[in-house]
Amino acid sequence: MAQGTSMQQVTTTAEAPPASASFGGMQARSTEKLHQARIACEALDFFYGTNKALKNINMTFPDRQVTGMIGPSGCGKSTLLRVLNRMYSLYPGQKATGKVMMDDQNLIGSSVDLNWLRSKIGMVFQKPTPFPMTIYENIAFGVNLHEKVGKKEMDERVEWSLSRAALWGEVKDRLNTSAMGLSGGQQQRLCIARTIAVRPEVILFDEPTSALDPISTLKIEELIDELKRDFTIVIVTHNMQQAARCADQVAFFYLGELIEVAPSGEIFTAPKHPKTQEYITGRFG
Amino acid sequence: MAVYSATRDAGLARRRKVTDQVIKVLCVVATVIGLFFLAWILFTLFWRGFAGLNLQVFTEITRPPGQPGGLLNAIVGTLIQTAVGTAVGTPIGMMVGTYLAEYARGSALGNAVRFVSDILLSAPSILIGLFVYVLIVLNTGGFSAWAGSIALAIIVIPIVVRTTEDMLRLIPDTLREAAIGLGAPKWKMITFVCYRAAREGIITGIMLAVARVAGETAPLIFTSLGNLNWSLNMNAPMASLPITIYQYAGSAFQEWIELAWVGALLITVGVLTLNVMARYVVRGGAK
Repeated sequence: MAQGTSMQQVTTTAEAPPASASFGGMQARSTEKLHQARIACEALDFFYGTNKALKNINMTFPDRQVTGMIGPSGCGKSTLLRVLNRMYSLYPGQKATGKVMMDDQNLIGSSVDLNWLRSKIGMVFQKPTPFPMTIYENIAFGVNLHEKVGKKEMDERVEWSLSRAALWGEVKDRLNTSAMGLSGGQQQRLCIARTIAVRPEVILFDEPTSALDPISTLKIEELIDELKRDFTIVIVTHNMQQAARCADQVAFFYLGELIEVAPSGEIFTAPKHPKTQEYITGRFG
Repeated sequence: MAVYSATRDAGLARRRKVTDQVIKVLCVVATVIGLFFLAWILFTLFWRGFAGLNLQVFTEITRPPGQPGGLLNAIVGTLIQTAVGTAVGTPIGMMVGTYLAEYARGSALGNAVRFVSDILLSAPSILIGLFVYVLIVLNTGGFSAWAGSIALAIIVIPIVVRTTEDMLRLIPDTLREAAIGLGAPKWKMITFVCYRAAREGIITGIMLAVARVAGETAPLIFTSLGNLNWSLNMNAPMASLPITIYQYAGSAFQEWIELAWVGALLITVGVLTLNVMARYVVRGGAK
């Protein structure tokens, strides 16, 4: 994989002011070129029992970039997210067919070690879900699942992940207090830190800011922008401004179908499909 | 559409107010009656219990009438059998509750287990005593503290099953998904995250189960029988407070009757303390 070049591309655009384009009053981020695919869905179908919730999805998620998934409620965007880390496998009656390829491995195949997969593809949920433990233990829990780590190394890992999640300064003096005492925004950043600490390659965000206030939302968005240097990111959002601000690539879903996927600069300025245009201009949804 | 006159509305409002008052008075009366008897029981218990309470109760074992005796063997017997019964019943109850809440949601087997457990919860405790008598006492050739403890354990199990399941079900699935999402296998999710989240509730349930069995008499009559002598042998009959109260209260000897009241006081204070502590634990967890 051409890591060097991808890193360079990102840095360049981050330094240069984004070549903003607007559509329907929306500021879309740069028209940066998309990187090589990290995950690729091929002919993916998904079923809740007999109800087909995803229909023949073909798309790729570019490496170390942000893919935003938008669409009205029930369109399948969250379902696709839950396919990527096999969360659906928890529930009998839910099944996926087709291919989700990552490193030549079909993630929805039956031979995949789910615990390993979820350590590679982390997830941050809509509502902050701190575990009822101390802040330190919240981070250590995930790390201990996959590695044998000494006390000193764990301390470093906790500091590193909390720093990456822009939370270290706020909690460094109370690592041994309950995580339940943090504010909603802090809890969500703790959940991000907890996910990073496991050192995944991909992070899935399921409407990560819909339960947060505007300031916390802004912090999380900045964080996502910063995290994509190291992680491939997929974010489901109901907020089109958020998709425009955060994403390099945006996918629009409607009734279980992938209507359009394009670099965010394109999809918000020149959507190819009339449905996409209707949705992003707020005519339905 | 009917048209309501002002007078009719006023009549309706008055009627509702009267009904409201009547219901309120009935509720208060019922509460007062309930509290009156509770207070009466507690007052009598404390009055007569404290009358016989002295250090000797805790230092001497039960003696024949006429000799200065205490309740030491009964107190220790109750502590041992309650502890063993709880120690045996709690893990089983927790595992069954965990099975129901985490593994058997909506399954037919799970529903059957829950149904049976609920029946066991309300089964008369003398039945459990008889069951253990037939199963263990008859087969091992005699009454024993083991048999008594197992009878108590059988009472503990459904209580712990119920609270464990209820408390685990209160945990939102998002928390489970968060643990699974980090790559945790299910058993780690349950033991490290779900039990942590439900800890206060489960501990409360266990404490209430302890309080319940500490005062049980019927399951011990056919199992550990009671013992007027000092014995810590789990394979032999063992004294217990409820059985001693049962024997002493019905006797003709004044000092025995007095000790029965003291025993009743001890159990009541112990159970009340456990209940209050259980409430404290819950409140501490809600913070």
